Amino acid sequence: MKIKVERSALMKALSHVQNVVERRNTIPILANVLIRAKDGALTLAATDMEIAAVEQVAAEVVRNGATTAPAGTLYEIVRKLPEGAVIELDHPGGDSQLALRAGRYATSLVCLPVEDFPALQEGALPHKFSLKAGVLRDLVDRTRFAISTEETRYYLNGIYLHIAESEGAPVLRAVATDGHRLARVEEDLPDGASGMPGVIVPRKAVLELRKLLDDVPAQDLVEIALSDTKIRFGFGAVTLTSKLIDGTFPDYDRVIPRDNDKLLRIAKKDFAEAVDRVAAISSERSRPVKMAIAKQGLTLSAASPEQGTASEEIDADRLEYDATPMEIGFQARYLRDITDQMADSVRVEFKFHDGAAPTLIRAEGDPRAVYVLMPMRV
Amino acid sequence: MPALCRDCDAVVAEEATACRACGGVRIVRHPELFSLAIAHLDCDAFYASVEKRDRPELTERPVIVGGGRRGVVTAACYVARRYGVRSAMPMFKALALCPEAVVIRPEMAKYAEAGRAVRALMERLTPLVQPLSIDEAVLDLSGTEALHHAPPAVTLARLAREVERTVRVTVSIGLAPNRMLAKMAAERDKPRGFAVIGRADAAAVLAPMLVSALPGVGPKAADRLAVKGFATLGQLAALSPSEALRRLGEDGPALAAMARGEDGRPVDPSREAKSISAETTFNEDLSAVAELERALWPLAERLSARLKAKELAAAGVTLKLKTASFQIRTRHARLPSPTQLADTLFAAARAMLAREATGVRFRLIGIGADPLAEAAEADRGDLADPAAPKRKAVDQAMDRLREKFGAGVIGKGRGMGS
Repeated sequence: MKIKVERSALMKALSHVQNVVERRNTIPILANVLIRAKDGALTLAATDMEIAAVEQVAAEVVRNGATTAPAGTLYEIVRKLPEGAVIELDHPGGDSQLALRAGRYATSLVCLPVEDFPALQEGALPHKFSLKAGVLRDLVDRTRFAISTEETRYYLNGIYLHIAESEGAPVLRAVATDGHRLARVEEDLPDGASGMPGVIVPRKAVLELRKLLDDVPAQDLVEIALSDTKIRFGFGAVTLTSKLIDGTFPDYDRVIPRDNDKLLRIAKKDFAEAVDRVAAISSERSRPVKMAIAKQGLTLSAASPEQGTASEEIDADRLEYDATPMEIGFQARYLRDITDQMADSVRVEFKFHDGAAPTLIRAEGDPRAVYVLMPMRV
Repeated sequence: MPALCRDCDAVVAEEATACRACGGVRIVRHPELFSLAIAHLDCDAFYASVEKRDRPELTERPVIVGGGRRGVVTAACYVARRYGVRSAMPMFKALALCPEAVVIRPEMAKYAEAGRAVRALMERLTPLVQPLSIDEAVLDLSGTEALHHAPPAVTLARLAREVERTVRVTVSIGLAPNRMLAKMAAERDKPRGFAVIGRADAAAVLAPMLVSALPGVGPKAADRLAVKGFATLGQLAALSPSEALRRLGEDGPALAAMARGEDGRPVDPSREAKSISAETTFNEDLSAVAELERALWPLAERLSARLKAKELAAAGVTLKLKTASFQIRTRHARLPSPTQLADTLFAAARAMLAREATGVRFRLIGIGADPLAEAAEADRGDLADPAAPKRKAVDQAMDRLREKFGAGVIGKGRGMGS
């Protein structure tokens, strides 16, 4: 194999695939990226056996062939080469080393045989549809913060993507929860998706997908194909394939409050900034911010036994609340994670039952994203 | 030197060998006898003593409490100990040493009740009672002299007699200026003992003891200390703090202080046992996941019952396995929220077991609750587990039936047909 490739093109592709390689892997080949030159195209591939990324890179192929090299090392080298450099990768075959040359720089890397590189078997992916990159990005952004990292309930370690019915129309719905908060976001059901099974896309695949979406214009289409066990996202030169979590997502519908009748509306910017200021008193992440709500206004307060107390009042003319006075506490970070998903210009809408029951939160006028938050005792 | 008759509380003359008031010979004497206030109380061969109490015909017989052909000795009475039987010894070995021993399956509820009765007697004397296990506690009797019209030593002698009279088991007491010395004292005179270590004689008493006598120093740590030239507490005690740090590392200064008999830990009644667990040794080694799970379920139920009895919950679950070659594996998982429910404990342990059961043969499985949380925090459910309060209600209904009609009246399907 011998190819010539522009440094920035190779670096971008390597940055994508090297995220996938298992950091603490015990199987050496999984730390390597597969480099294949064939019929005028350069392909890079990496896998941790759970997810696999494959990317095509524009390159001049001098001689067909393939090898595998340590992804991390290769990426570091390429990153340090000067902007605009042309990189030559040369591998004569067999168990010889991979030569990398750029200008007056040369290196030689120990390789592992291509035959040892594991293929993530996709199998048949019968359900195929496409989503605009911007839409997919929204689905991911507004749910991923609620994904659980707790191992005992492994079925919460991802985003539950499934078809649901919303006001009589079928929708594509994404749900994530860690038990303390839940995010439910929906979009119009794309053509071809009806009949797809509900699937749980694991956290690592979600994070990888989100990184890849950064480089894609919002209007571009992402091709999605899935089965009961695998999902594949295709965007132009990049393909990301992941195993799905084999488990049953809980019946989240039961925890979305229906009868919460105490409604608070407040400008997102006012609220989020006040929460931030009040919470700054405590470095302890799990300390609650208390909301005391009445017709006369909202008082946010926080206290830390070591650092002191803080409070901020928001007057009645800057919010809307008509119910009996109440107090409730939430973890500041959880409030932030939710308000971060809303535009600065909107009003946040809270629906409370009481200080101990789950609260429903959404942006006014946007029924497509619903958040549920468990209060903390204050 | 102050001396006290343990049978009638009479102050005994200096050199008397028997009490002039009652003729008793159980006399405890120590220069600091009437000025010490920290006591360690330990019931003697507790489970075996409770069994003998309930079956007087066994009084003179060697009794072993423990389970199964491949189980271990949970408790051995003092008759059985004369044959060399010790607790934690494999049952087959114990029976080889003492073939005529009467083996009794443990009945935890009975021991827990007796343990509570002993604790209640202690709590009548001082609020500062810190239980260390079902049959062991440490008491701080400072400042109780006016209340009880007697120094702590006398109060303790009365307590020992009261336990014998009402609970009908014997206890051994250690009296000292601090917790560590009190525990060491309690171990010096067993059963039915009363030993004192004072401030003045602590160094001399400790100096010849082996380093393994210190709490927290097991055989491996003792070996490491021996390699560095520290076999006895006297050798450790001679180290200055900076020398101890240099030669023994971070823990050095604390070890040297303990070896000198220094212990600043207060008696803290709010500190309960740090973990609660249940385990079983199989009759034959097991490797199949299904069989291991079948053994795990009753343990989860037992752990659940113990948590409920102590009004505690598990905030995490520990799985313990012992391989056929006696290698111990422990795995731990933090729970999303505390639980008392057997099926939640089981589910967490099962997930860990699935990763360990790779064909290895195991001889023991155990499940533990660690860390512990308050019962009030347990099983309140969350957004991902809205059914938890319902499972809790089912569980409580089952407990009420068990209370009324006996433990076997109802169980989950999982525990049946195995």
